[in-house]
Amino acid sequence: MSEQLHPLSDLNGKPPGTTSWDRSITEAGTDMRSYYGRPILKEPVWTWEIPTYFFTGGVAGASAVLSTAAKLTGNERLSRAALYIGATADLVSPLLLISDLGRPERFHHMLRVVKVTSPMNLGSWVLLVSSGASNTAAGLELLGRLKPVKLLAEAVSTLAGPLLATYTGVLVADTAIPVWHEGRHELPWIFGASAAASAGAAASMFVPPGDAGPARRLAVAGVLAEGALMQAMELRLGKVGEVYHQGEAGKFSWAAKGLAAAGATLLAKRGRKSRTSAVLGGALVCAGELCLRWAVYKAGFQSARDPKYVVESQRRRVEQDGTKATTKPDER
Amino acid sequence: MNLLQELLEPTGDPDGWEAYGDEQKERVGFFTDTSVCIGCKACEVACKEWNLIPEDGRVWTGESYDHTSQLGANTWRHVAFVEQRKPLITNGDDDGSTGLRWLMESDVCKHCTHAACLDVCPTGSLFRTEFGTVVVQQDICNGCGYCVPACPFGVLDKRHIEATTDPPPAILGRKEDGRVWKCTLCYDRLKGGHEPACAKACPTKSIQFGPLEELRERADARLAKLENEGWNGAQLYGRDPDDGVGGFGAFFLLLDDPEVYGLPPDPVVTTRDLPQMWTNMLAAAGTMLVGVAALTLFGRRG
Repeated sequence: MSEQLHPLSDLNGKPPGTTSWDRSITEAGTDMRSYYGRPILKEPVWTWEIPTYFFTGGVAGASAVLSTAAKLTGNERLSRAALYIGATADLVSPLLLISDLGRPERFHHMLRVVKVTSPMNLGSWVLLVSSGASNTAAGLELLGRLKPVKLLAEAVSTLAGPLLATYTGVLVADTAIPVWHEGRHELPWIFGASAAASAGAAASMFVPPGDAGPARRLAVAGVLAEGALMQAMELRLGKVGEVYHQGEAGKFSWAAKGLAAAGATLLAKRGRKSRTSAVLGGALVCAGELCLRWAVYKAGFQSARDPKYVVESQRRRVEQDGTKATTKPDER
Repeated sequence: MNLLQELLEPTGDPDGWEAYGDEQKERVGFFTDTSVCIGCKACEVACKEWNLIPEDGRVWTGESYDHTSQLGANTWRHVAFVEQRKPLITNGDDDGSTGLRWLMESDVCKHCTHAACLDVCPTGSLFRTEFGTVVVQQDICNGCGYCVPACPFGVLDKRHIEATTDPPPAILGRKEDGRVWKCTLCYDRLKGGHEPACAKACPTKSIQFGPLEELRERADARLAKLENEGWNGAQLYGRDPDDGVGGFGAFFLLLDDPEVYGLPPDPVVTTRDLPQMWTNMLAAAGTMLVGVAALTLFGRRG
């Protein structure tokens, strides 16, 4: 594809009749390997709520596990903080999702079927269970009542949490967008690691350093795992993955790495001694993990926008495996 | 659950179609033969009129005679135009023609045998009709937008302009339609025993409507004829039930590679990888549960 075939995909917003060509439309059409550089796929119609939800859902899911594990070690302070953080994130999450809908008043249509082929449908059910359980547990903790019910609610949210934190990786991977679908092996792991990091970081902000050891370990381990997995994914994606270094996705990706690394370093080095460092480090890691979700989100838009990612990766597949999509006379 | 079963052991039939039992009708579709398309856009107009699709802006693109550019919420038939300095006929010796050709192709929803949009739709708004086609139920769609990036052809899109029917409640302060729209293969007309509006309006029989099996035979014969006459680049697209989406319900005869018309060269239904993706996710979730617990249980408290 030559360069001058691409600018036309930016036509939206330009006044009609202002498109200019370096050469005749016939010359362009003769060499064309895409339709005037226009996208083959549609970019997602999702708005800012979705990547934000990927973050809050991750915080909610991993916090539930952290809370229960801390409770088992008798670390009540950490357990309670993680419970409240998780419940808050679980309360915000459905609101974000409903706000993103084209028809918010129809949000409950998500729950009129159970559909294993739809990650968004199963995710809605997981969120319903997780959100219901964690908020029941947090409410009863506040009131100090109905201990058996609270324990049951905690158990449910502990089991639902990891599903909530990782299904969003499948959600984006189960699309035709090359950078998302080709990253399907790593995305649930990346989202899980990122969720663990942000839950640990959030808890280190709200718990006195003397009780926040597990939260800091979680934040640091999560950042390391997420960074390594991200590298592994980019390596395997090859050219399709280049969008992580370009445009907005590139900026978010860079910010994610810098913020998370700085935050994790601060937590590891000074988090035990200084409360200020713990709060600052935790905030930096959370910001980094939020940027990571934005990087993945924006990368999908960029991957859908340029037809070369679809054409080149599918052409490679055709050359390797042969194709059934086209039937040519000489092949029959 | 039977949807997952179909993912694991796909049959040649459209997913969900056999559920109709006695009410199941013969599978119908389109065969769009671009070798006789004259680019009149009667299909675009007939589609808009019959389906009451709103006007969506008039843009001068400079891209040959194409001013709708792509399929979307408000364009369910789209005629692509490509001008080329290539001969139309290449049968051995050069025929001495000017070597110019003008390709036109009326694009439409492919009504895939294995449809990603239908699989991922979380509300069940997208469904398989008794005719084997794929339709959005507008009273169910809540505008989640998941089908939009799921479609390997970029067919579906959200309607951002004001609702013409069934507007959102005023209390939300929203005016835009907010739902996803696409070709229904004129479900209402099929119900009444009529052919879809675009096929009815097509003056050259470039758009042919009928039982899919019959259309496939007709397409094979047409391709053989074009081969005899030496047409340059003639190929069927989406005819084979063994392709990545199980064959298209609406397939094409093209005169150049699919990507030249803005079509993906080897589309696949990404939900076919879903069983593997769910297993992978469960492994990640389990690892996360164990990992978070281990980091908390072992090591210093402070």
